[in-house]
Amino acid sequence: MSREITITALKYNPSDKNSKPTFAEYKLTETPGMTLYIALTKIKASIDHDLSSDFVCRAGICGACGMIINGKPRLACKTLTSEFKDGKIELLPLPTFKLIKDLSVDTGSWMKNMSIRVNSWIEAKEQTDITKIEKIVEPEVAQEVFELDRCIECGLCVASCSTAIMRKDFVGAVGLNRVARFQIDPHDKRTDSDFYEIIGDDEGIFGCMSLLACEDHCPKNLPLQSKIAYMRRKMVKV
Amino acid sequence: MKIKYTEALIIGGGLAGLRSAIATTKKGLDTIVLSLVPVKRSHSAAAQGGMQASLANSVMGEGDNEDVHFADTVKGSDWGCDQEVARMFVQTAPKAIRELASWGVPWTRIKGGNREVVINTKRTTIKERDEAHGLINARDFGGTKKWRTCYTSDATGHTMLYAVTNEAMRLGVVIEDKKEAISLITENNQCYGAIVRDLKDGTLTAYVAKGTLIATGGYGRIYKQSTNATICKGTGHAIALEAGAYLANMEAVQFHPTPIVPSGILLTEGCRGDGGVLRDKDGYRFMPDYEPEKKDLASRDVVSRRMLEHIKKGKGVKSPYGEHLWLDISILGREHIEKNLRDVQDISKTFNGIDPADEGEKGWMPVLPMQHYSMGGIRVTPKGESVNIKGLFACGEAACWDLHGFNRLGGNSVSETVVAGMIIGDYFADFCSRNDIIIGTTVVEDELKRQDDYINYLLNLDGDEKIYDIKDRMRVIMQEKVGIFRNGKDLDDAVKELSELLEKTKHITVANKCRLLNPELEEAYKVPMMLKVALCVAKGARDRTESRGAHYREDYLKRDDKNWLNKTITYWENPDDLEPSIKYEPLDIMKMEMPPAFRGYGRKGQIIENPLSQKRQDEVDKIKAEHKGDRFELQEKLMPYDLPNGYKARNERLGVSYE
Repeated sequence: MSREITITALKYNPSDKNSKPTFAEYKLTETPGMTLYIALTKIKASIDHDLSSDFVCRAGICGACGMIINGKPRLACKTLTSEFKDGKIELLPLPTFKLIKDLSVDTGSWMKNMSIRVNSWIEAKEQTDITKIEKIVEPEVAQEVFELDRCIECGLCVASCSTAIMRKDFVGAVGLNRVARFQIDPHDKRTDSDFYEIIGDDEGIFGCMSLLACEDHCPKNLPLQSKIAYMRRKMVKV
Repeated sequence: MKIKYTEALIIGGGLAGLRSAIATTKKGLDTIVLSLVPVKRSHSAAAQGGMQASLANSVMGEGDNEDVHFADTVKGSDWGCDQEVARMFVQTAPKAIRELASWGVPWTRIKGGNREVVINTKRTTIKERDEAHGLINARDFGGTKKWRTCYTSDATGHTMLYAVTNEAMRLGVVIEDKKEAISLITENNQCYGAIVRDLKDGTLTAYVAKGTLIATGGYGRIYKQSTNATICKGTGHAIALEAGAYLANMEAVQFHPTPIVPSGILLTEGCRGDGGVLRDKDGYRFMPDYEPEKKDLASRDVVSRRMLEHIKKGKGVKSPYGEHLWLDISILGREHIEKNLRDVQDISKTFNGIDPADEGEKGWMPVLPMQHYSMGGIRVTPKGESVNIKGLFACGEAACWDLHGFNRLGGNSVSETVVAGMIIGDYFADFCSRNDIIIGTTVVEDELKRQDDYINYLLNLDGDEKIYDIKDRMRVIMQEKVGIFRNGKDLDDAVKELSELLEKTKHITVANKCRLLNPELEEAYKVPMMLKVALCVAKGARDRTESRGAHYREDYLKRDDKNWLNKTITYWENPDDLEPSIKYEPLDIMKMEMPPAFRGYGRKGQIIENPLSQKRQDEVDKIKAEHKGDRFELQEKLMPYDLPNGYKARNERLGVSYE
């Protein structure tokens, strides 16, 4: 039994002086297992060639397609249209990020700035001789690092964060989680004082108001709040 | 006119491109990486199951080394690969993985002592050596003799891509995302950069460089059903083709056995590597009947064909999306799945409402082979330089280097990205250091103007054809006529119709006349590029009258070493041509370390032998019999090869040191 669904999407091109924000409404027939990726691809091919959005992997792996879906920040590719009983879906671009056009936002520049700001890389203890057997890492430690390394930089935590709206340079849960990830990585030589230099301020660990929306909306179910709390305790001690 | 200068220009920000950028940056070269998307969203992130490297840490990998990995790779390729390149690769892969560990990839590690695994559907206990505790673990994958595929759960590509991007950022590599190269700047068969369109504002800029490297991944999106990301359209191949570069073996297209139906999202080979099995409509495990030795873990081309063969026998499961088979990982147990196959579980739950950890048939996931990987690509030398355009390099899936021949082994692609980035990145850096930009600005400006005019031309077209319809039709033709089972008539039809479609792209109308952010305009310039790539695939497949690896001809069932031990070279002679020209590059049996033979899986007695194979085998046997010394000296006698930057050094392994 297929039904008709209505998708409403913001249309706006900030680089075009004549463009004004409007809502476009699209009606289409729902197909079994339809995701918003499938629906928007259909709309772009047959109803509105001009609609812009960002999809890459369409499998919930790459983090490209965050948008506000009926009021909640979510990954569009992992959202099934069948979830919405009244068949009405409203789409807005993610806030906080620079709008490129319609549903497409510039998460790339934001994440790049954050990564450089938090030094999102291993500061190695020593030069590695790659012909030699690798350094031993306890299996549990590797697993713990992996848990935090699963972040896909989709930006949903940033889009749901009140601090991020107030403080332009706040590194967000994504940035604090990243620091927590390197803090436990045995390959990284940085001490807690080093990390304090990076995030020991209101744009970092002390900016978080613990409203928990980041964790609520994280599509990878990362333990963001406990990691932020963990880092805050560490930083307070420094 | 906007012109930007750099020393090394890298097009493509996946693992291969970024690892190459690290190589050029380390040699002090100004480097710019261009990417369609923020680089951490590149399709490399979708590699799930793991990376092959012969570390031999796990007890199930004991005895593994470069020689075993080499033999597996050559057999997997159905003797279509360049053996010299395969040797370069297997020697460097252990170094690559150890380098990645030092950059923070949280490889799953070995716990010393007993652990339970599923082998041949039975729970079995294996004992890991205590001295291996904390070293990098490996899982089983198709077509390999040893457990060699190192992993981080089933998000291996993701963790690798993040680590390599982070390292590139640490070194200050300039990464520009939302940038698309739409043509190459060439003069006298030498490449000096590219014309690049900014996808945030639609402007064109000429990036002029001493050397240019293409690492844009595969071209899966020319097929209707593909596991590839939306960005894998083969435009990197197309700009090389339009600049005159040779593409090789474009017909060698891999179909993965287990994408989930209907979305086509991949479920990793690690599912079967860890002990999962394929089942038919009766719940029967059928693969051992076809492949008694490798069972569910024969090479991908073989498993995919066996699956369709089984469906043709009426054993498929009927569904609204056509017939499929089942992938059963429930036998591995919930704990294993939620630790090592969690993305698989997430995908299955989200898109199909099936929890694969549920016991019995409730947890079985519907699967069907779909397009997955492009073995073909820009034809390059072992150093990674185009064979006919100087200063143009390529690596990773975009290149035909050629590690994979006519079939790639699982775990060898994500491994190739970083290994090729190390090796080719190094050679590329040498090239950029030694060469100057000796091109006149008028040549650059002319190319920029030509592309600017082309966009105006597209916007002014006034025909009845629709670009979206043309694209859809292309993808259906490729799916139906250039798929897993191929025949002369269908392929001939495909070439003809694809040519017609290419002509039709000149008779479209782009409704939105905006030059800047205009998705319809992007389709208008991309679809003709995709069609050119599709034509190389279809024509290459039509003319190759044999079956080898993933290229399977129902009308020519045998692998024909006598007539077809060669690479298909496709190229675009004149811009207005509606199909590519073809020629062939022979493979030299007498230089092979491993002369052609039976793979050990797949159908037996299906080889038309080349008399040179036996002759070379006798030679190899004689060298081996007379050899005194270690395996490295023997290898050197059989087939010498070079590697840069100390990568030829021996690799240390547990218990055997550097032997």
